[in-house]
Amino acid sequence: MTPHRVSKAAALHLGVIAVLFALQFVLPDYHHVNLARIMVLASFAMGYNIAFGYTGLLSLGHAMFFAAGLYAAGLMAQFAGVGAGGGLVLGVIAGLVTAAAVGGLALRTTGVSFMIVTLMFAQAAFLATFYFGEYTRGDEGFVIPSHLRTLFGLSLFEPTTRYFVALALFALCMAISFAIARSSMGRVLAAIRENEERTRMLGYNVFLYKLAALAISGAIAGAVGAAYGMLFGYVGATFASIQYSILPLLWVLMGGAATVLGPFVGTLLMFYLVDISSGVTTANMLIVGLALIGLILFFPKGILGTLRERVAPWLP
Amino acid sequence: MAAVTLLSTESLSKHFGGLTAVDGVSFTFLQGEVRALIGPNGAGKTTFVNLLSGRIPPSSGRVIFAGEDITRLPAHTRVNRGIAYTFQITSTFTGMSALENVKLACQHQLSKGFFGPDLDVLERASLSALERVGLADRRDEIAGNLSYGHQRLLEVAMGLGLAPKLLILDEPTQGLADEEIAVFVALVREIALNASVLLIEHNMDVVMGVADTITVLDRGRILAEGTPEEIRQNEAVRRAYLGN
Repeated sequence: MTPHRVSKAAALHLGVIAVLFALQFVLPDYHHVNLARIMVLASFAMGYNIAFGYTGLLSLGHAMFFAAGLYAAGLMAQFAGVGAGGGLVLGVIAGLVTAAAVGGLALRTTGVSFMIVTLMFAQAAFLATFYFGEYTRGDEGFVIPSHLRTLFGLSLFEPTTRYFVALALFALCMAISFAIARSSMGRVLAAIRENEERTRMLGYNVFLYKLAALAISGAIAGAVGAAYGMLFGYVGATFASIQYSILPLLWVLMGGAATVLGPFVGTLLMFYLVDISSGVTTANMLIVGLALIGLILFFPKGILGTLRERVAPWLP
Repeated sequence: MAAVTLLSTESLSKHFGGLTAVDGVSFTFLQGEVRALIGPNGAGKTTFVNLLSGRIPPSSGRVIFAGEDITRLPAHTRVNRGIAYTFQITSTFTGMSALENVKLACQHQLSKGFFGPDLDVLERASLSALERVGLADRRDEIAGNLSYGHQRLLEVAMGLGLAPKLLILDEPTQGLADEEIAVFVALVREIALNASVLLIEHNMDVVMGVADTITVLDRGRILAEGTPEEIRQNEAVRRAYLGN
């Protein structure tokens, strides 16, 4: 990789951050809120991409890591009066610990078995949110008191603050993805994805690398879960349901697995695809489905994955 | 050179269900040797080297490498101690360039603690491994697009990138053309100057051409051991393997 290529890629990613920064001044209210939400969800997808895209770990358990962060922040706010700053830290820890613990067991399996084991853990966690309904209030959920939703004295329910915090989170996750993709660790993760047995026979402790990737991925999911709760104020069991494991997979596949910007492109597109089509017809999922089929036909590796293959090999 | 034992096994066995693939093999391998492991199909050659490299655990017995019992060590730890294995079925990272493949082999050995290796050092080490197998001019080609013979050479380059004390080659010349085999023989001789080589091989010309010593396996046991000349003369080997 020549320095020239690195700077080109870095410039593109900084450019995206700059555009997102500038957009908040021109966007109408409706899209302003949407974009903040998209940046938060795209951060979740970027975290998912570290496990799925770069390492090849098809997890269906990420709703659990997201919910771990969401509930860590939400319950501690509700019952211990912990604010947004503390909630975010707790979210990272909850996501990290959950992912490391689940990974320690689930990574004894590979492929489809891994997918099923992570799904089972996530479903158990989902049901646990009902079992402890006394505290979590199940799928009815609860609202985080607004006086706790402040960070450095700024109110997170203020649209501008919320947008900035979402952008900061997004930029941080992008920087982490970028750094991992470029690092020697990233090379080993890609090697594991391509040929695990060969990587092992090159002297790498494959299990530890996969566990590290899953833990980082889970920590990001936890951070995003906590941020989502604090920014939008609501904590509910829906976020622990299988839907929130499948959505990041879909976003990543759509934008391009193992590309830094792919998860954002996928999240943005999917969000507006659903949003616009539901304004046209109640059978909007039909339109979304057709769009997805078209994508698979013309962009089999996701939008950025296919672009990288055909025109822009320098994309990280 | 003083005969230092690099690797030995004590009554090493492997059962797959009712089948005994390796049956109480006690084997001694000296430092600096080029040893060929031969035997009819199903003799247990690949299973035996898999026990040495740690890809599968033995049913019983011990493996000792450089004076230490490594029987319980996982494969990747054995690689880091100096046992490199190149696959019988070509197994490269087919989506990456030849250079990237070798870099992955070199990277771990050159890394210090948490930090990756110095990129220039890594580049130089990887290129030098590619040069040794004669693939330096194909450094940027995608491994999956290389010819079969070149992929086999890339495998060896990856093995060399690990800077091994013992390089295990599992049927390296299988499927190669005669000219390619000649290149391989020269390469093995060159590698043997500073590493020990254990070679599973079917091509008797290659075996007779490069091996210092030959071990003949048959039905999971050592049938005979000796210099190429001794093995050629051995009646039991002739009957079991060489045929005529």
